[in-house]
Amino acid sequence: MHGGHRPTHKPPLCQTAGVEPHPAIEVHGLAKAYGSLRAVDGLDLRVDPGQCVALLGPNGAGKTTTTEILEGYRHRDAGDVRVLGVDPARADRHWRARLGIVLQQVADLGELTVREALRHFAGYYPDPRPVDEVLEQVGLTAKADARGRTLSGGQRRRLDVGLGIIGRPELLFLDEPTTGFDPEARRDFWTLIEQLKAEGATILLTTHYLEEAEALAEMVGVINRGRLVAFDAPHELGGRHTGSTVVRWTEDGEPREEATERPTALVGELAARFGGEVPNLTVTRPTLEDMYLTLVDDEEAPEGVRR
Amino acid sequence: MTAASQQPVTATLPSALAIGWSRVGIELKALFRDREAAVFTLALPMILMLVFGSVFGSQQLGDTGITFAQYFVAGMIASGIVYTSFQNLAIGIPQERDEGTLKRLEGTPMPKGAYFIGKVGQVCVVYVIQIILLMAIGVLLFDVQLPDTAAKWGALAWLSVLGLTTWTLLGLAFSSVPKSGKGASAIVTPVILVLQFTSGVFFAYNQLPAWMQQFAALFPLKWLTQGMRYVFLPEGAEVLEVVGSFEMSRVAMVLLVWTVLSAMLAWGFFRWRRRGDG
Repeated sequence: MHGGHRPTHKPPLCQTAGVEPHPAIEVHGLAKAYGSLRAVDGLDLRVDPGQCVALLGPNGAGKTTTTEILEGYRHRDAGDVRVLGVDPARADRHWRARLGIVLQQVADLGELTVREALRHFAGYYPDPRPVDEVLEQVGLTAKADARGRTLSGGQRRRLDVGLGIIGRPELLFLDEPTTGFDPEARRDFWTLIEQLKAEGATILLTTHYLEEAEALAEMVGVINRGRLVAFDAPHELGGRHTGSTVVRWTEDGEPREEATERPTALVGELAARFGGEVPNLTVTRPTLEDMYLTLVDDEEAPEGVRR
Repeated sequence: MTAASQQPVTATLPSALAIGWSRVGIELKALFRDREAAVFTLALPMILMLVFGSVFGSQQLGDTGITFAQYFVAGMIASGIVYTSFQNLAIGIPQERDEGTLKRLEGTPMPKGAYFIGKVGQVCVVYVIQIILLMAIGVLLFDVQLPDTAAKWGALAWLSVLGLTTWTLLGLAFSSVPKSGKGASAIVTPVILVLQFTSGVFFAYNQLPAWMQQFAALFPLKWLTQGMRYVFLPEGAEVLEVVGSFEMSRVAMVLLVWTVLSAMLAWGFFRWRRRGDG
């Protein structure tokens, strides 16, 4: 359809007369407690139209609770939430028709074929995509007449995504979509998400896999203990692009390393000292995982939980 | 996805009726393709009828000339209502809750009424198939007479409507009792069995101890079974009733009261999510 081009401007969202385009998701001070457990505790988040944002965080950090509040499944205790300009607590059918939701762990539709399921759910929406087009897009054309329960884990998840996009959603939620996948299935799944992004989809993704966030998301949010503790582009997360870089080399038969904020200058110095090639030179920026673990550790340390 | 912005925002959503109608098809496919559910819901009363009818079928009830097989057919048709609606929903819905069916539906623009339309449609279709098969078995194997008056056919119609309504609503309410889909049949099946034993399905009601009769009279299956005996047993069978009459107006009244009561129970207890999930 709109394959290939990524909108450089914000695509118009809801064209309700006279209202200017708003963020796809806007959250201020979101809070939700289960008994004495504060699952979400003052969370802020903004997702612009056309963006793919990944939420990372340890189990129990509040990712799913947050997502389910945004999806209209759960009620919040406090905070302002707007999803496509609407408060999810006042969700109606028109609002739901503009969302696509891919939940964690669903095992339904086992007795229906892939095509039957897509055709049925297409009937819920005012302007669904053609079933054959969705089959093609999620790579299930060859499995169109297979029953749900005969699908592999990866195929099953593709069906879930197909059902998520059948109604032409303006915003797609993906909750841990590749948990339990083998590496190849995960790569295939990423390609599918890349295609959706290329069409201008706005996506909120939760995941446990840092490389998944790095591969798919323009912005990564780290949630820990119910708060958003970092929100940046993957290569800038937690000051990753400005933080100290480790330079390693071999000198006098000994491995040497030095952490520096000015790696280029150090390499220049070394080059001058060795008069050319520096033996075994590597320059390593902190990985997303390093930054993530630092962020999650920093947050946990003060109360000494799970250390 | 950007294409959505080219659609007028007022694009009309499909009606609850249209979606409900398409859900009836989906529900029927899901039931008939799931062998366990199909056997449990549809085939069980037929198997019971064949077994019980063959073992005790020739026993005469008093000096009425009525065989137990005939008596049992009436009870099994009443039970068929309970199997196709109550048992089907009270076991099937907890499984759907576990599998995520209901949560998925909640996240779509499907109006919630469409889900119930789908269930009611499924129950009605399965019931019609079942009662035709049960009547055929009764007539062909156990010498049961089909109703011979318009009044009896009319009674069969209103008993079916009131019975299905009450037991469907009770099934929706009871679907919140089992904690999981796996354990659902272990909770639902004994409830049905106890009611069947005390309501005159497996034994002649007038031969049960009085306390058991009084217990069963609190619930709708006893009255449904009594009504079905009026429909399916020949003239003179009313002497087998405790009060010597089928009390059809009382049957109607009790079923109406239960319809209202079960509507309140379904309204109060039906839940979309598992306990602890939202």
